[in-house]
Amino acid sequence: MAELNVNIGNLKLKNPVMTASGTFGYGLEYTDFMDINRLGGIFVKGTTIEHREGNAYPRMAETPAGMLNAVGLQNKGARYFAEHIYPEIKDYDTHMIVNVSGSTIESYIECAEVIAQLDHVPAIELNISCPNVKEGGMAFGVTCQGAADVVRAVRNVYPKTLIVKLSPNVTDITEIARTVEAEGADAVSLINTMLGMAIDVEKRRPVLSTITGGLSGPCVKPIAVRMVWQTYNAIKIPIIGMGGISNWKDAVEFMLAGSTAIQIGTYNFIDPAVSLKVIDGINEYCDRHGFKSASELTGAMMK
Amino acid sequence: MKKYIMDMKVTENLRLHQNYCLLKLSPEEELPEMLPGQFVEVKVDNATTFLRRPISINYIDRSKNELWLLIQIVGDGTLSLSNLKADDVVNIILPLGNSFTIPAEANGQELLLIGGGVGTAPMLYLGDFLKKLGFSPSFLLGARSAKDVLQIADFEALGNVYITTEDGSLGEKGYVTQHSVLKNKRFDRIYTCGPKPMMVAVAKVASEASIDCEVSLENTMACGIGACLCCVEKTTDGHICVCTEGPVFNIKKLTWLN
Repeated sequence: MAELNVNIGNLKLKNPVMTASGTFGYGLEYTDFMDINRLGGIFVKGTTIEHREGNAYPRMAETPAGMLNAVGLQNKGARYFAEHIYPEIKDYDTHMIVNVSGSTIESYIECAEVIAQLDHVPAIELNISCPNVKEGGMAFGVTCQGAADVVRAVRNVYPKTLIVKLSPNVTDITEIARTVEAEGADAVSLINTMLGMAIDVEKRRPVLSTITGGLSGPCVKPIAVRMVWQTYNAIKIPIIGMGGISNWKDAVEFMLAGSTAIQIGTYNFIDPAVSLKVIDGINEYCDRHGFKSASELTGAMMK
Repeated sequence: MKKYIMDMKVTENLRLHQNYCLLKLSPEEELPEMLPGQFVEVKVDNATTFLRRPISINYIDRSKNELWLLIQIVGDGTLSLSNLKADDVVNIILPLGNSFTIPAEANGQELLLIGGGVGTAPMLYLGDFLKKLGFSPSFLLGARSAKDVLQIADFEALGNVYITTEDGSLGEKGYVTQHSVLKNKRFDRIYTCGPKPMMVAVAKVASEASIDCEVSLENTMACGIGACLCCVEKTTDGHICVCTEGPVFNIKKLTWLN
């Protein structure tokens, strides 16, 4: 039995396995299938200061080994979350981390301030990489200047653990990672979805109402592993790796590439209890390879 | 209702015709309570299908602990399901979604269950459920031609069956909304499932005649449990998930007729 706990800045996780924002609701959707208390953390649905209806249907297209989505941050707003959802989830024995998004720097600040008031939310994941909203979202995450501005502004008002979620839709993800590290982020998480597109050839129309959407699932995994590895070699703060993880082997791969912890996203839709199998698999792997602690896996790739 | 992930053994897989199969499945444990209108998410094990396939509950045979799924072969996923053999094991998440509203009192209630194409699937379980509660449901089944009208004998065992086909090869020629029974008989409630243009037409007929009407939607979905927010329908309350707050909606809640 290996030690599974890992640290993301000051945040202590009981194990490195967490679930990704937008794929796990508020955790409550999964309680019939698994004991969510066993998770290292749950990144709840992307939250904005204002209520958002999201994009028009259709919002999803299946792809080989993955899917495109164009949900567009549908949520009832940070204050609704604080009043109605937070009380339902705050007492679970896992870290509930809120994914915070915005359309202007002011709206990011306002949302982070509302979430900062919630005692049982020890961290936020700043989403500067959502490809599915017209204004803001990814716009901040694809330039160093945009990333610096929003991270600096939120860092000023948010004293707890600040994780910044990076976009893969950039020429060099390490530049953005270095920038957010310099602005005081405690950790980065990557990757968000890759911008993609699908066309219904019979109808000669785009499948998604927004034409383009975010690609996720096993099909993006090699790209995500590469970006984690590049980022690991560029920054000192912890990396939370994700992108197509569907079993313990994928999770270990992300850790060897440099992740301190991982998130499971799209595969929750295929196997709602996959994350627990990943925890057990990491433990078994550590025992088999003589690692006393899961934290030793980070960056432990042989060269 | 509590949801379960279950491995189920294929007891029988009948090819009803070229494009449809009836997949009968049985788990080792007892099937949980399931309501008419609910659906299941079926894991497909092939190289090309990633997501589970949402399939409505066609029938529950309690005596055999059997779940029936009527499957239209549309793409690789449903083709794989149609090729399953007896004793193959399939992973299922169930029961999902809400259910059709059952009137409180059976007395004098004239209920019409309208299904188009593979949309007839949930009507069999709904009809069976209603009949066991003392209702006398009627069925209006629509299809392209005679060979596409499925499970007729099963429906006839539950109530009056009216049929329309587009080519006139069985029943009245035309669409379900053109069937004479809609003019000749007064119904208190209509339940429908089928292609969206058909359901919109049925909703219109029901609305004009002030008949209470529920439709079952089949928006493209990923998770089936309200986590991904991909399958939303625009309603009077904004975008809501078809997989959890549907698939059954009263037409008053939808924005189709506005």
